[in-house]
Amino acid sequence: MKLRDHYQQAVRKFQPKPSYLANSFQAFISGGLVCAGAEGLRALYMNSWGFSSDAAQHLMMLTVMGLAVLLTAMGRYDALSQFAGAGATVLLTGFANSLASAAMEHRTEGWVSGIANHMFKIGGVVIVYGMVIAYVLGVIYYIV
Amino acid sequence: MDYWMAFLVGGAICGAAQWLMDRANISQIHMLAGLVSVGALLGALGVYDQLVEVAGAGALLPMSGFGYLLAKGIASHEAGQGWMNMGANMFQYIGLELSFVITLSFVAALICKPRG
Repeated sequence: MKLRDHYQQAVRKFQPKPSYLANSFQAFISGGLVCAGAEGLRALYMNSWGFSSDAAQHLMMLTVMGLAVLLTAMGRYDALSQFAGAGATVLLTGFANSLASAAMEHRTEGWVSGIANHMFKIGGVVIVYGMVIAYVLGVIYYIV
Repeated sequence: MDYWMAFLVGGAICGAAQWLMDRANISQIHMLAGLVSVGALLGALGVYDQLVEVAGAGALLPMSGFGYLLAKGIASHEAGQGWMNMGANMFQYIGLELSFVITLSFVAALICKPRG
């Protein structure tokens, strides 16, 4: 135990210091750019093609997620994640990417036990927590 | 103006998430769970509605928007229908995107081979 503590302290000097500020700034810029682009897409659907506000919002999210799956299928999403960090994983594009990449990775194990079984390895967390919290809140809302 | 707000709000959520993941040693999966929970909570409280009003896609695209849309679907049940409608309405706003992305991922996995 003691030796281990000493080792941790001794080795800390030589570990590279992660640049917190630069990482956060990159996430800020890339995440913000994706969001602003999506907002532009929604304005385009609404103003140029005459969709209603709700339909434009749905179409915007569908387009963004579809693009993310497309980039994942072409193998280009990793480069974006490398640069953006949380800016690429925290958005809905990251959710689409996690589903698609997990499904593609396990394709060789078959349609059912490969794709369907492994698809929600990372994305499942979002669905489970979203549903559980929303359901609990709904029960509270219903009672009160 | 709208674009700037979307940029700032969406970027701020991403930047804050990255900062927390680096400094507090939160793993990516815990970050996602936390964001969805916060989004659902704020959505049920009615705070997130105003954020979406201001920032548009900047508030919808992060994972908290997912939680917000789930909570919004639940809160929209009509009076008199009771608790049964709660579960039925949960995916009212997000079900379209969810089913689309699951189907598309399945098809993509059938067609493409993983690279890199």
